[in-house]
Amino acid sequence: MDKTSIHPLWLRIIHWSNAVAVVILIMSGWRIYNATRFLHLYIPGTNTRLFPNEWTLGGWLGGAIQWHFAAMWILMANAVLYLVLFLITKRSKQFLPVTPQGLWDDIRAFVNGRLSHADLRQYNAIQKLAYLFALADMIVLIASGLVLWKSVQFGWLRVLLGGYETARYIHFLAMTGLCAFIIVHVVMALLVPKTIKAMLWGR
Amino acid sequence: MTRDIKNDEEAILKEANGLLKDPAKRRLLGNVLTLGGLSLATGIALNHYGSVREILKAVSRFNDGAQGLIFNPDALAPTYSEADIKEPFPFNAFYSVDKAPVVDPGSFRLALAGKIADRRPWDLPALYALPHTEQITRHICVEGWSAIGRWGGVVFSEFLKRVGADTTCKYVGFKCADGYFTSIDMPTALHSQTLLAFTFDGQLLPAKYGFPMKLRMPTKLGYKNPKHIVEIFVTNVYPGGYWEDMGYNWFGGS
Repeated sequence: MDKTSIHPLWLRIIHWSNAVAVVILIMSGWRIYNATRFLHLYIPGTNTRLFPNEWTLGGWLGGAIQWHFAAMWILMANAVLYLVLFLITKRSKQFLPVTPQGLWDDIRAFVNGRLSHADLRQYNAIQKLAYLFALADMIVLIASGLVLWKSVQFGWLRVLLGGYETARYIHFLAMTGLCAFIIVHVVMALLVPKTIKAMLWGR
Repeated sequence: MTRDIKNDEEAILKEANGLLKDPAKRRLLGNVLTLGGLSLATGIALNHYGSVREILKAVSRFNDGAQGLIFNPDALAPTYSEADIKEPFPFNAFYSVDKAPVVDPGSFRLALAGKIADRRPWDLPALYALPHTEQITRHICVEGWSAIGRWGGVVFSEFLKRVGADTTCKYVGFKCADGYFTSIDMPTALHSQTLLAFTFDGQLLPAKYGFPMKLRMPTKLGYKNPKHIVEIFVTNVYPGGYWEDMGYNWFGGS
C-alpha cells in the first residue's frame, strides 16, 4: 500500500477542530432554541419537548450564546481555510464530478452489499454526494447564522434568505441536516475503523 | 530489591524496547501519549470551570470589538407598514407586567450626567416639544422571538447634539426607573434610526412599554433598548449593563 498520507495534516487539523466546534455549536444552539421553542418538536414517543436541557451546553441562554459565538469563529476560520485549500489543492477531485450513472452503479453495489472501502483515497459516488451535502449545508448554516447575528449589516443576505424570521427556520433546518450527516458519518466511520485511523494519523 | 521485581523490570524494559523499535508502534505510542496529555490538559481546564467562563467572557468582549468593526453607520434596519405591527405587542422584562414602574409625569425630570455640556434636567413637556419622528421596525429579542412595532420620538443624535454631548466618547449609559441599566456604543447612539421614543403606536408609551421614554434601536437586540429611562450619561468608562454583567454580549447588535 502507498505509504504517503491519505489526508494531509492541514485537512486533519481542520476536520477535528471543526468536529469540536460543530458539537459546541449544535449543543449551545439547542439551548438558544429552548429560549423560544418556535417548533412543536418532541422526543418521538414521549411528551418531552426538544431539546432537554441535559443535552445542551451553556447552562442558561447567556452562557449558551457565549459558547455559540466563540465556536462560531473556529467554524468560520475553518470554512475560509478549507474553501481556499479545496480550490488550490487537488482535493476537489475527490468529490467531483458525481455522475448520475456513477451514483446509480454505487447505489446498486450498496444494496447488494458490494460497495467497497478498500482504497480510502477513492470515494464512491454516495460518499461524494454525502460530503458535498455536508459542505453545502454548512455554507447554508453560516449564511443563515450571519443573518440571525447581523440582520442589518448583512441586509442583502437577509433579503436573499427571505427575511429574518425565515432565516431562523433555515438555520434550524440546516442544523437538522448536519445532525443527520453526522450520525451517518460516525456510524460509517465506526463500521470501517481504518478511516478513523487515516483521519487521525494521515494514513 | 528482590529477584521477582528485578525480573519484572527486565520484562517491562524488553517489551518497551520492542515497542520502540517498530517505527509504526513507536508513532502510535507517541500519538497516544500526546492525546493523553492533551485530554489531561483540557480536562484540567474544564474542571476549573471558572477559567472556561473567563475565556468565554474574553471572547465575548472580543466579539464586541468585532461587531464595532462590522457596524456600518449607514446600514439601515428594514422598515415595515402599519399592517405588519404585532398586536398585542409582547411585554418582556425581568419582572411581570403588573410590576412595571409607575412614574409620575408631573414630577418627572430626565437627569443628564457625564461628558455633556448642558446637564440641566428635562421635564416631559420640553422633551415632547422636540422634533418628532415615527418609525415601524422589528424588535428582535435575544430569546429568539421578534415583533414589529411603531415607535415615535426624537432622533437620539439630535437630542445629544442639543445637550452638547461629547460624541467623541465611547459610551452612552442609561439608568431606568425599574433599576435596569445598560449602555451602548457611540456609533449606534448616533445612528439615524436610534430614537429617544415617547410613543408607541401613536399613543404615549404605556407603563408596560417603558413610560416615560425608551431608547429604541432597530440595530440592537431588545435588552439593549432600555425602558423607563431616568438618566442618560456619556462616558469613556465601560458602564456594563444589567444583563450584560451576567453574560449577555455587550454590543448585542444586529
